Amino acid sequence: MTMPSQGLKPALAPPTLWICEHCDTVYRRRKLARGEVARCVRCDALLARHHSIGVRGMFVLVITAMIAFVQANIWPIVTLGLNGHQISATLWGCIMIMWREHAQVVAVIAALTLFFLPIVKMGFLFWILAYARQRRRAPGFRWIMVTLYRVGPWTMSEVFVLGALVAIVKAHMYFEVQANPGIFAYGVLMLIITAFSSIDVRRFWDLTEETPA
Amino acid sequence: MSELPRASDLGLIGCHVCRMVCRDVKAPDAACPRCGSPLHKRKSGSYTRTWALLIAAFMFYLPANILPIMRTVSLGDVDDNTILSGIIELWVKGSPDLAVIVFTASIVVPVLKFFALGLLLISSQRGSQWAQRQRGKLYRLVEFIGYWSMLDVFVVALLTALVQFGFFSQVEPLPGVVFFGLTVVITMIASMTFDPRLIWDGRDSDD
Repeated sequence: MTMPSQGLKPALAPPTLWICEHCDTVYRRRKLARGEVARCVRCDALLARHHSIGVRGMFVLVITAMIAFVQANIWPIVTLGLNGHQISATLWGCIMIMWREHAQVVAVIAALTLFFLPIVKMGFLFWILAYARQRRRAPGFRWIMVTLYRVGPWTMSEVFVLGALVAIVKAHMYFEVQANPGIFAYGVLMLIITAFSSIDVRRFWDLTEETPA
Repeated sequence: MSELPRASDLGLIGCHVCRMVCRDVKAPDAACPRCGSPLHKRKSGSYTRTWALLIAAFMFYLPANILPIMRTVSLGDVDDNTILSGIIELWVKGSPDLAVIVFTASIVVPVLKFFALGLLLISSQRGSQWAQRQRGKLYRLVEFIGYWSMLDVFVVALLTALVQFGFFSQVEPLPGVVFFGLTVVITMIASMTFDPRLIWDGRDSDD
């Protein structure tokens, strides 16, 4: 029997190792040169990459993304015309109509992946980065980082942009179609998401120092 | 190759959530000291859960393809489209290049996911050492492309919101689109539940 004082908390190994998440191979950490990417020898998965975008750069990107997101949501995305009638769609217009037309599941998926979770992601990143600029950990750092990790794969704005493109082409077969500012704001958002996709947010654990509570 | 040390042999566990390297204390409720998330040598019940989710996703995938996803009413003319007929319409009347994109996102990607995850599950459960590197790459591909299948769901939502010209022209979503959305969500969860380290675990270290 182990003594209760030894507890269930695992002792920390020194932070000098990388463990490949895809095959469990252990590597000694090393500094990466500019633009360098470390890959696992066994399974070729990404271990770590050198980040050319620093904390300040990321902070600016997040703020730009927030502005683009607001624009993308207040302006209509596309307008259709038929016999002088005009109808525009916004993201919330899509969500509401799917709810009313008995596709509530789709409405919920769209509201989460295109509205609420992106807001959570951007808001949390903003909060973490605002403090990380002074190498400090924001209040609530631990659970925010865990939430960011869990939310990670569930934001789909970039898929929605491609969807808008397909919808425009489909509608163009029968209607006059006009692209609105919303779609351009979404385009900007898509570029920022692409720039951000190579960034592993888990590096904030190493970039910031623990402040004694 | 075999001299590369693995964390499970060294008594180490890497935390998924924050990548902290921890010692394996072999306690079922061990938590990462840095982020507080539960630590597991392997994702728990990975095979059973992934199989269950994959089968559930497939059961939703059939009606998603058989049932129509969208109804177009124009001047009293009713036209129901399935995923496939929508792609054909896009190919014939609109732009073949976009039809290829939609075909990839809605048909190729889900089918690939079913085959890929099925293959990964069976080969890993048998402890196969066949093409381990390639199987690892296949898993990462499935993880990366998974959510793009939501494309058609968003297209239907946008068209429904846009085409509301009453008697002249109207678009409504049909049950197929709900099943398809659920298929995408469940296959995404299935690929997250699968533990790619199982590919490398061999026959006797399965726990």
